[in-house]
Amino acid sequence: MGRLLTTIEHAVKKPVWGCSMCGQCVLHSTGLTCPMNCPKKLRNGPCGGVREDGGCEVDPDMTCVWLKAQGRSERMPRTWREEFDDLRPPVDSRLQGTSSWVNLLTGRDKHVPAGWQPDEEE
Amino acid sequence: MPTLAELLTDPEPPRPVITAECPVIDSGGLDAIAEHATRLAPYADALNATDNAAAHAHASNVAVAIALKRLGVEPIMQVACRDKNRLALEADIVGAALHGVSTICCMTGDDVTAGDEPEARRVFDMDSPQLIRATAGLARGRYLSGRALDPAPPLLIGAVENPAAPPFAYRVRRGLKKAAAGARFLQLQLCYHPDRLAEFTELAENAGLTRRVALLPTIALVKGARALRYMNDNVPGIHIPEPVIERVHNATDQREAAYQLALEQARHALSLPGVRGLHFTDFRHDDALGKICADLGLPAIRSAPDGDALVM
Repeated sequence: MGRLLTTIEHAVKKPVWGCSMCGQCVLHSTGLTCPMNCPKKLRNGPCGGVREDGGCEVDPDMTCVWLKAQGRSERMPRTWREEFDDLRPPVDSRLQGTSSWVNLLTGRDKHVPAGWQPDEEE
Repeated sequence: MPTLAELLTDPEPPRPVITAECPVIDSGGLDAIAEHATRLAPYADALNATDNAAAHAHASNVAVAIALKRLGVEPIMQVACRDKNRLALEADIVGAALHGVSTICCMTGDDVTAGDEPEARRVFDMDSPQLIRATAGLARGRYLSGRALDPAPPLLIGAVENPAAPPFAYRVRRGLKKAAAGARFLQLQLCYHPDRLAEFTELAENAGLTRRVALLPTIALVKGARALRYMNDNVPGIHIPEPVIERVHNATDQREAAYQLALEQARHALSLPGVRGLHFTDFRHDDALGKICADLGLPAIRSAPDGDALVM
Protein backbone atom coordinates (compact mmCIF):
# COMPACT_ATOMS: atom_id res chain seq x y z
CA MET A 1 0.00 0.00 0.00
CA GLY A 2 2.78 2.37 0.97
CA ARG A 3 4.67 1.54 -2.18
CA LEU A 4 1.55 2.09 -4.33
CA LEU A 5 0.92 5.51 -2.75
CA THR A 6 4.58 6.39 -3.23
CA THR A 7 4.30 5.59 -6.93
CA ILE A 8 1.08 7.55 -7.34
CA GLU A 9 2.39 10.51 -5.36
CA HIS A 10 5.52 10.68 -7.44
CA ALA A 11 3.56 10.35 -10.68
CA VAL A 12 1.32 13.26 -9.69
CA LYS A 13 3.77 15.58 -8.00
CA LYS A 14 6.87 15.12 -10.13
CA PRO A 15 5.46 16.70 -13.33
CA VAL A 16 3.60 19.48 -11.51
CA TRP A 17 6.01 20.51 -8.76
CA GLY A 18 9.26 18.78 -9.65
CA CYS A 19 8.76 16.65 -6.54
CA SER A 20 11.87 14.82 -5.38
CA MET A 21 10.02 12.74 -2.78
CA CYS A 22 11.55 14.24 0.34
CA GLY A 23 8.68 12.56 2.18
CA GLN A 24 7.90 15.63 4.30
CA CYS A 25 5.88 17.82 1.99
CA VAL A 26 5.44 21.49 2.89
CA LEU A 27 3.97 22.66 -0.43
CA HIS A 28 0.86 24.19 1.13
CA SER A 29 2.95 26.51 3.30
CA THR A 30 5.33 27.53 0.52
CA GLY A 31 2.90 28.89 -2.04
CA LEU A 32 2.64 25.46 -3.71
CA THR A 33 6.26 25.84 -4.74
CA CYS A 34 8.58 22.99 -3.79
CA PRO A 35 11.57 24.29 -1.79
CA MET A 36 13.52 21.16 -2.64
CA ASN A 37 13.95 22.66 -6.12
CA CYS A 38 16.13 25.33 -4.52
CA PRO A 39 19.71 24.20 -5.29
CA LYS A 40 20.54 24.81 -1.62
CA LYS A 41 17.37 22.95 -0.56
CA LEU A 42 16.46 25.81 1.78
CA ARG A 43 13.21 25.24 3.67
CA ASN A 44 12.91 28.68 5.29
CA GLY A 45 13.07 31.33 2.64
CA PRO A 46 15.49 32.76 0.09
CA CYS A 47 19.23 33.03 0.67
CA GLY A 48 20.99 36.35 0.26
CA GLY A 49 22.31 35.46 -3.18
CA VAL A 50 19.16 36.20 -5.19
CA ARG A 51 20.15 38.19 -8.27
CA GLU A 52 18.95 41.66 -9.15
CA ASP A 53 16.58 40.19 -11.77
CA GLY A 54 15.25 37.58 -9.35
CA GLY A 55 17.47 34.86 -10.82
CA CYS A 56 18.87 32.05 -8.68
CA GLU A 57 22.42 32.52 -7.41
CA VAL A 58 23.35 29.00 -8.54
CA ASP A 59 21.40 28.83 -11.80
CA PRO A 60 20.87 32.33 -13.22
CA ASP A 61 18.42 31.03 -15.84
CA MET A 62 16.05 29.92 -13.14
CA THR A 63 13.93 32.34 -11.08
CA CYS A 64 14.66 31.96 -7.36
CA VAL A 65 12.35 29.24 -6.04
CA TRP A 66 11.65 31.29 -2.94
CA LEU A 67 10.88 34.42 -4.91
CA LYS A 68 8.16 32.44 -6.67
CA ALA A 69 7.06 30.79 -3.45
CA GLN A 70 6.71 34.07 -1.62
CA GLY A 71 4.70 35.70 -4.39
CA ARG A 72 2.42 32.70 -4.70
CA SER A 73 1.95 32.32 -0.96
CA GLU A 74 0.30 35.74 -0.92
CA ARG A 75 -2.53 34.26 -3.00
CA MET A 76 -3.04 31.27 -0.73
CA PRO A 77 -5.86 30.88 1.81
CA ARG A 78 -5.03 32.76 5.01
CA THR A 79 -3.89 29.81 7.18
CA TRP A 80 -1.54 28.58 4.48
CA ARG A 81 -0.34 32.11 3.82
CA GLU A 82 0.51 32.57 7.49
CA GLU A 83 2.34 29.25 7.63
CA PHE A 84 4.82 30.68 5.15
CA ASP A 85 6.61 32.35 8.07
CA ASP A 86 6.75 29.19 10.20
CA LEU A 87 10.17 27.88 11.08
CA ARG A 88 10.31 24.56 9.25
CA PRO A 89 12.56 21.96 10.93
CA PRO A 90 15.62 20.40 9.30
CA VAL A 91 14.84 17.76 6.71
CA ASP A 92 14.73 14.18 7.99
CA SER A 93 16.83 12.43 5.39
CA ARG A 94 15.47 9.03 6.42
CA LEU A 95 12.19 9.99 4.75
CA GLN A 96 13.77 10.53 1.33
CA GLY A 97 11.91 8.43 -1.24
CA THR A 98 8.91 7.74 0.95
CA SER A 99 5.36 8.99 0.44
CA SER A 100 4.60 12.23 2.25
CA TRP A 101 0.91 11.27 2.05
CA VAL A 102 1.60 8.16 4.12
CA ASN A 103 3.86 10.14 6.45
CA LEU A 104 1.12 12.72 6.88
CA LEU A 105 -1.47 10.05 7.73
CA THR A 106 0.82 8.31 10.21
CA GLY A 107 2.10 11.58 11.65
CA ARG A 108 5.66 10.50 10.83
CA ASP A 109 6.33 13.80 9.04
CA LYS A 110 5.72 15.67 12.31
CA HIS A 111 8.60 13.92 14.08
CA VAL A 112 11.38 16.36 14.92
CA PRO A 113 14.59 15.78 16.87
CA ALA A 114 14.03 15.96 20.63
CA GLY A 115 16.22 19.05 20.90
CA TRP A 116 14.29 20.92 18.23
CA GLN A 117 11.99 23.53 19.72
CA PRO A 118 10.17 25.40 16.98
CA ASP A 119 8.60 27.96 19.29
CA GLU A 120 10.20 31.04 20.75
CA GLU A 121 10.51 30.57 24.48
CA GLU A 122 10.48 34.20 25.51
CA MET B 1 36.21 45.92 27.81
CA PRO B 2 32.49 45.28 27.38
CA THR B 3 31.54 42.20 25.41
CA LEU B 4 29.53 42.37 22.23
CA ALA B 5 26.56 40.94 24.11
CA GLU B 6 26.79 43.74 26.67
CA LEU B 7 27.17 46.40 23.99
CA LEU B 8 24.26 45.16 21.93
CA THR B 9 21.89 44.90 24.87
CA ASP B 10 22.82 48.21 26.51
CA PRO B 11 19.53 50.15 26.70
CA GLU B 12 21.40 53.41 26.27
CA PRO B 13 24.29 52.66 23.97
CA PRO B 14 27.05 55.24 24.41
CA ARG B 15 28.34 54.73 20.87
CA PRO B 16 27.79 52.60 17.79
CA VAL B 17 29.16 49.07 17.93
CA ILE B 18 31.88 48.36 15.40
CA THR B 19 32.63 44.91 14.06
CA ALA B 20 34.94 44.02 11.21
CA GLU B 21 35.83 41.03 9.11
CA CYS B 22 39.17 39.44 9.85
CA PRO B 23 40.65 38.89 6.37
CA VAL B 24 40.93 35.25 5.30
CA ILE B 25 44.00 33.41 6.56
CA ASP B 26 45.78 30.63 4.72
CA SER B 27 49.18 30.22 6.34
CA GLY B 28 51.90 32.03 8.21
CA GLY B 29 51.07 30.91 11.70
CA LEU B 30 49.34 32.96 14.33
CA ASP B 31 51.46 35.96 13.31
CA ALA B 32 49.36 36.23 10.17
CA ILE B 33 46.24 36.69 12.29
CA ALA B 34 47.99 38.95 14.80
CA GLU B 35 48.98 41.29 11.98
CA HIS B 36 45.35 41.82 10.97
CA ALA B 37 44.22 42.05 14.58
CA THR B 38 46.84 44.72 15.24
CA ARG B 39 45.48 46.81 12.37
CA LEU B 40 41.75 46.30 12.97
CA ALA B 41 41.24 45.57 16.68
CA PRO B 42 41.86 49.11 17.98
CA TYR B 43 38.65 50.16 16.25
CA ALA B 44 36.50 47.06 16.42
CA ASP B 45 34.55 45.57 19.32
CA ALA B 46 34.72 42.17 17.64
CA LEU B 47 36.19 40.57 14.53
CA ASN B 48 34.45 38.06 12.30
CA ALA B 49 36.21 34.75 11.69
CA THR B 50 34.83 33.76 8.31
CA ASP B 51 33.79 30.27 7.28
CA ASN B 52 35.31 29.49 3.87
CA ALA B 53 34.28 32.93 2.64
CA ALA B 54 33.00 33.12 -0.93
CA ALA B 55 33.18 29.32 -1.08
CA HIS B 56 36.99 29.29 -1.11
CA ALA B 57 38.83 27.04 1.35
CA HIS B 58 40.85 28.90 4.00
CA ALA B 59 42.02 28.37 7.57
CA SER B 60 38.85 27.33 9.37
CA ASN B 61 36.42 29.58 11.21
CA VAL B 62 37.05 27.63 14.41
CA ALA B 63 40.84 27.92 14.22
CA VAL B 64 40.79 31.64 13.43
CA ALA B 65 38.14 32.37 16.08
CA ILE B 66 40.22 30.62 18.76
CA ALA B 67 43.32 32.52 17.64
CA LEU B 68 41.48 35.85 17.84
CA LYS B 69 40.26 34.96 21.30
CA ARG B 70 43.84 34.22 22.37
CA LEU B 71 44.88 37.58 20.95
CA GLY B 72 42.38 39.25 23.25
CA VAL B 73 39.89 40.14 20.54
CA GLU B 74 36.29 38.99 20.71
CA PRO B 75 35.65 36.74 17.74
CA ILE B 76 32.34 36.46 15.93
CA MET B 77 32.54 32.96 14.52
CA GLN B 78 30.69 32.77 11.25
CA VAL B 79 29.11 29.39 10.61
CA ALA B 80 27.83 28.60 7.13
CA CYS B 81 25.52 25.74 6.12
CA ARG B 82 27.27 24.97 2.84
CA ASP B 83 30.13 22.69 3.85
CA LYS B 84 29.02 20.66 6.83
CA ASN B 85 26.11 18.62 8.08
CA ARG B 86 24.34 19.25 11.36
CA LEU B 87 26.66 17.02 13.40
CA ALA B 88 29.75 18.88 12.22
CA LEU B 89 28.13 22.30 12.73
CA GLU B 90 27.09 21.47 16.28
CA ALA B 91 30.57 20.07 16.99
CA ASP B 92 32.26 23.22 15.66
CA ILE B 93 30.13 25.52 17.78
CA VAL B 94 30.47 23.46 20.94
CA GLY B 95 34.18 22.95 20.32
CA ALA B 96 34.85 26.64 19.77
CA ALA B 97 32.83 27.44 22.88
CA LEU B 98 35.25 25.28 24.90
CA HIS B 99 37.89 27.85 23.96
CA GLY B 100 35.71 30.77 24.98
CA VAL B 101 34.35 31.56 21.52
CA SER B 102 30.80 32.50 22.39
CA THR B 103 29.54 34.73 19.57
CA ILE B 104 28.21 32.87 16.56
CA CYS B 105 26.94 34.31 13.28
CA CYS B 106 24.81 31.86 11.31
CA MET B 107 24.45 32.06 7.54
CA THR B 108 23.43 29.99 4.54
CA GLY B 109 26.72 30.56 2.74
CA ASP B 110 27.49 31.32 -0.89
CA ASP B 111 27.03 28.34 -3.16
CA VAL B 112 30.05 26.21 -4.06
CA THR B 113 29.72 27.51 -7.62
CA ALA B 114 30.81 30.96 -6.37
CA GLY B 115 34.16 29.54 -5.30
CA ASP B 116 37.25 28.00 -6.84
CA GLU B 117 36.23 24.39 -6.25
CA PRO B 118 32.79 24.45 -7.87
CA GLU B 119 32.88 20.68 -8.35
CA ALA B 120 32.51 20.19 -4.59
CA ARG B 121 29.37 18.67 -3.14
CA ARG B 122 27.18 21.27 -1.48
CA VAL B 123 25.78 20.17 1.87
CA PHE B 124 23.07 22.51 3.20
CA ASP B 125 21.86 19.86 5.64
CA MET B 126 20.34 22.76 7.59
CA ASP B 127 19.43 26.25 6.41
CA SER B 128 20.33 29.37 8.34
CA PRO B 129 17.12 29.76 10.40
CA GLN B 130 17.44 26.09 11.37
CA LEU B 131 21.09 26.59 12.28
CA ILE B 132 20.14 29.58 14.45
CA ARG B 133 17.52 27.49 16.22
CA ALA B 134 19.92 24.57 16.69
CA THR B 135 22.55 26.95 18.11
CA ALA B 136 19.96 28.45 20.45
CA GLY B 137 19.30 24.89 21.58
CA LEU B 138 22.99 24.40 22.35
CA ALA B 139 22.91 27.62 24.38
CA ARG B 140 20.04 26.11 26.36
CA GLY B 141 22.03 22.97 26.96
CA ARG B 142 20.64 20.63 24.32
CA TYR B 143 22.05 19.16 21.18
CA LEU B 144 19.58 18.80 18.34
CA SER B 145 19.12 15.19 19.45
CA GLY B 146 17.97 16.37 22.85
CA ARG B 147 21.16 15.11 24.54
CA ALA B 148 22.23 17.43 27.33
CA LEU B 149 25.31 19.64 27.41
CA ASP B 150 26.05 20.54 30.98
CA PRO B 151 26.93 23.30 31.58
CA ALA B 152 25.36 24.92 28.54
CA PRO B 153 27.76 27.16 26.62
CA PRO B 154 26.79 30.83 26.91
CA LEU B 155 26.25 31.85 23.29
CA LEU B 156 25.34 35.13 21.64
CA ILE B 157 23.74 34.26 18.33
CA GLY B 158 23.58 36.46 15.28
CA ALA B 159 22.80 36.05 11.63
CA VAL B 160 22.94 37.93 8.35
CA GLU B 161 20.34 39.37 6.01
CA ASN B 162 20.55 41.01 2.61
CA PRO B 163 18.41 44.16 2.43
CA ALA B 164 19.30 44.65 -1.23
CA ALA B 165 18.30 41.24 -2.64
CA PRO B 166 14.84 40.33 -3.90
CA PRO B 167 12.20 39.82 -2.62
CA PHE B 168 12.88 43.16 -0.86
CA ALA B 169 9.68 43.52 1.13
CA TYR B 170 10.01 39.96 2.43
CA ARG B 171 13.54 40.42 3.85
CA VAL B 172 12.29 41.89 7.11
CA ARG B 173 9.95 38.92 7.60
CA ARG B 174 12.94 36.66 7.11
CA GLY B 175 14.75 38.74 9.71
CA LEU B 176 11.83 38.20 12.08
CA LYS B 177 12.03 34.47 11.47
CA LYS B 178 15.71 34.55 12.40
CA ALA B 179 14.96 36.63 15.49
CA ALA B 180 12.29 34.13 16.55
CA ALA B 181 14.81 31.33 16.01
CA GLY B 182 17.21 33.03 18.41
CA ALA B 183 19.24 35.67 16.55
CA ARG B 184 20.08 38.80 18.53
CA PHE B 185 21.96 40.72 15.87
CA LEU B 186 21.94 40.86 12.08
CA GLN B 187 25.02 41.79 10.11
CA LEU B 188 23.49 43.15 6.91
CA GLN B 189 25.05 42.39 3.55
CA LEU B 190 26.85 45.19 1.69
CA CYS B 191 24.24 47.46 0.20
CA TYR B 192 24.93 49.96 -2.56
CA HIS B 193 21.29 51.02 -2.76
CA PRO B 194 20.80 53.49 0.10
CA ASP B 195 17.06 53.56 -0.59
CA ARG B 196 16.79 49.80 -0.08
CA LEU B 197 18.72 49.93 3.18
CA ALA B 198 16.54 52.81 4.39
CA GLU B 199 13.39 50.95 3.44
CA PHE B 200 14.59 47.78 5.15
CA THR B 201 15.32 49.59 8.42
CA GLU B 202 12.05 51.45 8.31
CA LEU B 203 10.11 48.23 7.76
CA ALA B 204 12.23 46.57 10.45
CA GLU B 205 11.31 49.33 12.87
CA ASN B 206 7.60 49.10 12.06
CA ALA B 207 7.55 45.31 12.25
CA GLY B 208 9.29 45.28 15.64
CA LEU B 209 12.41 43.60 14.28
CA THR B 210 14.70 46.32 15.61
CA ARG B 211 13.47 45.70 19.14
CA ARG B 212 14.59 42.08 18.87
CA VAL B 213 17.84 42.31 16.93
CA ALA B 214 20.59 44.88 16.56
CA LEU B 215 21.18 45.84 12.95
CA LEU B 216 24.77 46.14 11.77
CA PRO B 217 24.94 47.21 8.11
CA THR B 218 28.17 46.24 6.34
CA ILE B 219 30.46 48.81 4.76
CA ALA B 220 33.25 47.75 2.42
CA LEU B 221 36.58 49.55 2.39
CA VAL B 222 37.95 49.09 -1.11
CA LYS B 223 40.83 50.52 -3.13
CA GLY B 224 38.91 51.62 -6.19
CA ALA B 225 36.45 50.94 -8.97
CA ARG B 226 38.00 47.60 -9.90
CA ALA B 227 37.05 46.09 -6.55
CA LEU B 228 33.51 47.44 -6.86
CA ARG B 229 33.19 45.95 -10.33
CA TYR B 230 34.58 42.64 -9.11
CA MET B 231 32.04 42.48 -6.28
CA ASN B 232 29.21 43.42 -8.61
CA ASP B 233 30.19 40.69 -11.08
CA ASN B 234 31.24 37.93 -8.70
CA VAL B 235 29.79 38.20 -5.24
CA PRO B 236 26.35 36.61 -4.98
CA GLY B 237 23.65 39.00 -3.82
CA ILE B 238 25.64 42.20 -4.35
CA HIS B 239 24.50 44.64 -6.98
CA ILE B 240 26.29 47.93 -7.44
CA PRO B 241 24.61 50.48 -9.72
CA GLU B 242 26.83 51.54 -12.63
CA PRO B 243 26.84 55.27 -11.67
CA VAL B 244 28.33 54.34 -8.28
CA ILE B 245 31.17 52.42 -9.93
CA GLU B 246 31.64 55.19 -12.52
CA ARG B 247 31.88 57.82 -9.82
CA VAL B 248 34.87 56.06 -8.29
CA HIS B 249 36.29 55.05 -11.66
CA ASN B 250 36.31 58.63 -12.98
CA ALA B 251 37.85 60.18 -9.88
CA THR B 252 41.43 61.42 -10.10
CA ASP B 253 42.16 59.66 -6.83
CA GLN B 254 40.22 56.39 -6.85
CA ARG B 255 41.41 55.38 -3.40
CA GLU B 256 40.08 58.60 -1.91
CA ALA B 257 36.85 58.42 -3.92
CA ALA B 258 36.25 54.87 -2.71
CA TYR B 259 36.92 56.03 0.84
CA GLN B 260 34.47 58.93 0.53
CA LEU B 261 31.84 56.53 -0.80
CA ALA B 262 32.31 54.30 2.25
CA LEU B 263 32.16 57.27 4.60
CA GLU B 264 28.93 58.45 2.98
CA GLN B 265 27.45 54.95 3.31
CA ALA B 266 28.53 54.73 6.94
CA ARG B 267 27.00 58.09 7.87
CA HIS B 268 23.78 57.21 6.08
CA ALA B 269 23.56 53.79 7.72
CA LEU B 270 24.13 55.21 11.21
CA SER B 271 21.28 57.68 10.67
CA LEU B 272 18.76 54.88 10.12
CA PRO B 273 16.38 53.44 12.73
CA GLY B 274 17.50 50.31 14.57
CA VAL B 275 21.08 50.55 13.38
CA ARG B 276 23.23 49.79 16.43
CA GLY B 277 26.54 49.96 14.67
CA LEU B 278 28.49 49.01 11.58
CA HIS B 279 30.31 45.99 10.24
CA PHE B 280 33.34 46.67 8.07
CA THR B 281 35.03 44.52 5.46
CA ASP B 282 38.47 45.89 4.80
CA PHE B 283 39.84 44.98 1.38
CA ARG B 284 42.40 47.79 1.48
CA HIS B 285 44.54 46.45 4.30
CA ASP B 286 45.58 50.00 5.17
CA ASP B 287 44.64 52.55 7.83
CA ALA B 288 41.16 53.19 6.39
CA LEU B 289 39.24 51.64 9.30
CA GLY B 290 40.92 53.94 11.80
CA LYS B 291 40.38 56.91 9.53
CA ILE B 292 36.69 56.22 8.96
CA CYS B 293 36.10 55.69 12.69
CA ALA B 294 37.81 59.03 13.38
CA ASP B 295 35.77 60.75 10.66
CA LEU B 296 32.61 59.28 12.18
CA GLY B 297 33.65 60.67 15.54
CA LEU B 298 34.13 57.24 17.09
CA PRO B 299 36.85 56.78 19.68
CA ALA B 300 39.53 54.14 19.34
CA ILE B 301 38.26 51.22 21.36
CA ARG B 302 41.57 49.80 22.49
CA SER B 303 44.99 51.32 22.98
CA ALA B 304 47.57 50.79 20.26
CA PRO B 305 47.89 47.02 20.10
CA ASP B 306 51.64 46.79 19.90
CA GLY B 307 51.62 43.46 21.62
CA ASP B 308 50.94 44.84 25.10
CA ALA B 309 47.34 45.75 24.53
CA LEU B 310 46.68 42.42 22.91
CA VAL B 311 46.85 39.61 25.40
CA MET B 312 48.98 36.97 23.80
